[in-house]
Amino acid sequence: MSAEDGRRPSDAPSHQIEELERVTIRFAGDSGDGMQLAGLQFTNTSALYGNDVSTIPDFPAEIRAPAGSIPGVSSFQVSFSSHDIHTPGDQPDVLVVMNPAALKAHLGDLPKGGLLIVNTDEFTKPNLRKALYAENPLEDDSLVAYRVVKVPVGSMNARALADSGLNTMQIDRSKNSFALGLMFWLYERPLDSTIRWFEEKFARNPEVRDANITTLKAGYNFGDTAELFPVRYHVAKADLPPGRYRNITGNAATALGFVTASKLADLPLFYGSYPITPATDILHELSRFKNFGVKTFQAEDEIAAIGSAIGASFGGFLGLTGTSGPGLALKSEALGLAVMVELPLVVAMIQRAGPSTGMPTKTDQADLLQVLFGRNGESPVAVVAPATPSECFTYAIEAFRLALRHMTPTVFLSDGYLGTGSEPWRVPAADELPRIEVKFAKDADAFNPYDRDPETLARPWATPGTPGLEHRIGGLEKADVTGNVSYDPDNHEKMTRFRAEKIARIANDIPDLEVVGGESGDLLVLGWGSTYGANLSAVIRARKEGLAVSCAQLRYLNPFPSNVGDVIARFDQVLIPELNLGQLAMLVRSRYLVDAVSLNKVTGRPFLIAEIEEKIHELVGSKVKV
Amino acid sequence: MTTEAAPEGPLALQRKDFVTDQEVRWCPGCGDYSILAQTQKLMPELDVPRENIVFISGIGCSSRLPYYMNTYGFHSIHGRAPTIATGLKVMNPDLKVFVITGDGDGLSIGGNHLLHVMRRNVDITIVLFNNRIYGLTKGQYSPTSEFGKRTKSSPMGTVDTPLHPLSVAISAEASFVARSLDIDPKHLIATIERAARHKGTSFIEVYQNCNVFNDGAFMEFADKAVRSDRTVRLEHGQPLIFGKEREKGIRLNGTTPEIVTLGNGVSESDLWIHDETREDPVLSFILSRMHWPDFPEPMGVVRAVERPTYEALVQQQVDEAIERQGEGDLDKLFMEGDTWTVE
Ligand SMILES: Cc1ncc(C[n+]2csc(CCOP(=O)(O)OP(=O)(O)O)c2C)c(N)n1
Ligand code: SF4
Ligand SMILES: [Mg+2]
Repeated sequence: MSAEDGRRPSDAPSHQIEELERVTIRFAGDSGDGMQLAGLQFTNTSALYGNDVSTIPDFPAEIRAPAGSIPGVSSFQVSFSSHDIHTPGDQPDVLVVMNPAALKAHLGDLPKGGLLIVNTDEFTKPNLRKALYAENPLEDDSLVAYRVVKVPVGSMNARALADSGLNTMQIDRSKNSFALGLMFWLYERPLDSTIRWFEEKFARNPEVRDANITTLKAGYNFGDTAELFPVRYHVAKADLPPGRYRNITGNAATALGFVTASKLADLPLFYGSYPITPATDILHELSRFKNFGVKTFQAEDEIAAIGSAIGASFGGFLGLTGTSGPGLALKSEALGLAVMVELPLVVAMIQRAGPSTGMPTKTDQADLLQVLFGRNGESPVAVVAPATPSECFTYAIEAFRLALRHMTPTVFLSDGYLGTGSEPWRVPAADELPRIEVKFAKDADAFNPYDRDPETLARPWATPGTPGLEHRIGGLEKADVTGNVSYDPDNHEKMTRFRAEKIARIANDIPDLEVVGGESGDLLVLGWGSTYGANLSAVIRARKEGLAVSCAQLRYLNPFPSNVGDVIARFDQVLIPELNLGQLAMLVRSRYLVDAVSLNKVTGRPFLIAEIEEKIHELVGSKVKV
Repeated sequence: MTTEAAPEGPLALQRKDFVTDQEVRWCPGCGDYSILAQTQKLMPELDVPRENIVFISGIGCSSRLPYYMNTYGFHSIHGRAPTIATGLKVMNPDLKVFVITGDGDGLSIGGNHLLHVMRRNVDITIVLFNNRIYGLTKGQYSPTSEFGKRTKSSPMGTVDTPLHPLSVAISAEASFVARSLDIDPKHLIATIERAARHKGTSFIEVYQNCNVFNDGAFMEFADKAVRSDRTVRLEHGQPLIFGKEREKGIRLNGTTPEIVTLGNGVSESDLWIHDETREDPVLSFILSRMHWPDFPEPMGVVRAVERPTYEALVQQQVDEAIERQGEGDLDKLFMEGDTWTVE
């Protein structure tokens, strides 16, 4: 028996198979242990097999935290299921740890009775000390509550690769593939997509390619022969809507959305950006799309990044910039300029934990008010917020549609959890996507730079190169219609109100807020952005218990959809979970005069379903309808 | 486009086609007027359609210039004009883009952008109005104010060492570096024209008098009678000769310039022959450090070297990518990596 053909060995009689609906695995090890890679490969394989999947990576901000230390631990959690799932799982069912530090950092999240797979080779005295263990936890009874499976991953890997021709250090680097192979065996996953991946990734390094494939198979076969596990597990295909799928992270989907917008509007895309976690992926991705006419510009700082994007917009192209909180702080003056000159500009804002440098690799939603109000003067911008990784595609396009139609800077507000997390994405057919209408001013006789469209209040887009439309714009207040500099008091009031009204009218151009669950009831869980998965899952559970709870996720944060007030009014209570200290809650309370309850979390991690559930019970738990 | 007759170039444009109806708001006597006049006068000579010309500025007295140019214009925010120019030019290389900036706008708040736009060699012309003061905010010292200068914000004199704009430009790899003077209209228009015709970033420092907050900053060069003693005109391939009677010259002793009087065994062939195309920036740098009263100040083109423009290189990569991968196909892109079908 072997895994040679990459398929499940057909003659695996000695192991019983147990059906599971959903499994959540967390791979944890040192940053150098390749846990992200193992996790991603497991995810892709599960997705290809047909499961619904959801992932969350967690890595240290330091590229080279001391090896073996707790701050140096990197992890990747994947949840895969035979039904629709919305989060990467509250807790892992299985924890794979490659060293003592990983055990120390993650054991607290493993529920009692959970499966703990330990690479015993790394549990040496020095490593234990680095992980602040006085005693070896594998040798005392501190792990009795868990189903511990001890595997000498390091030495098994070394044995498998004894003849590989690689040196010890290179061999050690493949041990994640051994662990991955073992997990593939345990969950009955085929090896072929990972083998294909190794073949492509290491095409120019055949020794490393072969070593990874060999040890992957060795890990798989080890599971089969070692009798460590009494059962193997099977998670059936999920019943997803028909279509062609791929697994995608939020940031990759964001980049795809922006290129797509460029095609749909038939205008070349310019991306000005300065590297910053967790937004940098978008720069990496877009810089690969040059054959779509995309021009990426790694600017000297965030100010230059947005300035150059404004220049592109002024020129009649799709001007885009992207960043995270500290970068948006730098861009704020220029974003105000874009408001004043009323050009279509999109700012992709991928939040991370702040203030200041904060926790670059950890997620947060605390920049909502910064995005809405973090500029001088009355300075409204449109804001859209995707709720899942794959939705990033849709809302990246939507951001440009709004920016172009309403001649306004528009912020695409995502976060690290969405950006780095992944899920299956049903791939659309390009020709089924609605085109984005773009209108340029052409007629010199009828042209005034600050004329307004009667419906949207958008001003004309008159771009350099168009004869007869020469005009000057800038950050000084503009006179209505002519666009000349004006200090007239009444004009300033008029223009300020125009700018506000222009954004307000976008409400006529966006869909209503959708309610999931009953249209009315005891409690509405109202969220925005990446809290969607946890909110929805908690509400589904609560409804199963008979609670009259619904949820709604705001994808438009400025303006709000016009029915938000009505929706809120149909519920006795409103709960607003946010990864901040109550920013949306503040807006909702002041706008709708409703006594919304805030649920706040600022640990740099997303909500667990259980946390939302608990709050739901606290608010309406006594109202179970039997 | 223009309807006027009296053609001056193939496009039949005249200076007045480049004048806007906006009232010019500089103080009477300000050096900015002269720079504006020469700029407007130059435009028809460039034979670029008016709609393809864009003036972009930051904030300052100097930065108001775009309002007075009947072209496309963008009066942006303090120091950031080069960034807007970069995005615009990268996306539309056909445009003729000018950046108007001041000593504060370009060298203080916008210093970073100025450096980077020059090293990238974006094909734009930057005119820096150096009045050695913050004019618009009413008279604080600037990064080019002389050490010890007393201003409203430095009543006991500054303790800041000033920058030399030309040295900055040379160090930042600018491919064209020049200097001129507001009160020398002929030299000014000729210098701006050279800059405008250069492919790549051209940087001109213009000595500009702010008669309200820093009057006489360039007084040494104001009086025509002594100007030729205190400045040296740079001409490519010509020796550095100056003085009313063209009786003096600059000779290089290693990397040290020295003033010599012609005659008595010193001939023109002993002098420093100006080569603006020299790649090695050492001599350009020496020129940028020559200041009155130790030396006559160089006026004209210090440096003009050729290298590919930024926007051309960016476009080249796009063309190459299309050639190699074919014109982008969304459906193909969506399907990148592993995909699967759910029936
Ligand atoms: C962000 C910002 N900071 C400060 C100012 C105020 N400000 C306007 S112009 C200026 C200095 C301009 O000096 P310079 O560039 O030399 O131009 P000049 O007026 O001398 O032509 C300052 C400090 C501003 N407009 N924006
Ligand atoms: S303050 Fe100085 S620079 Fe500004 S307009 Fe007046 S004279 Fe000119
Ligand atoms: Mg100045």
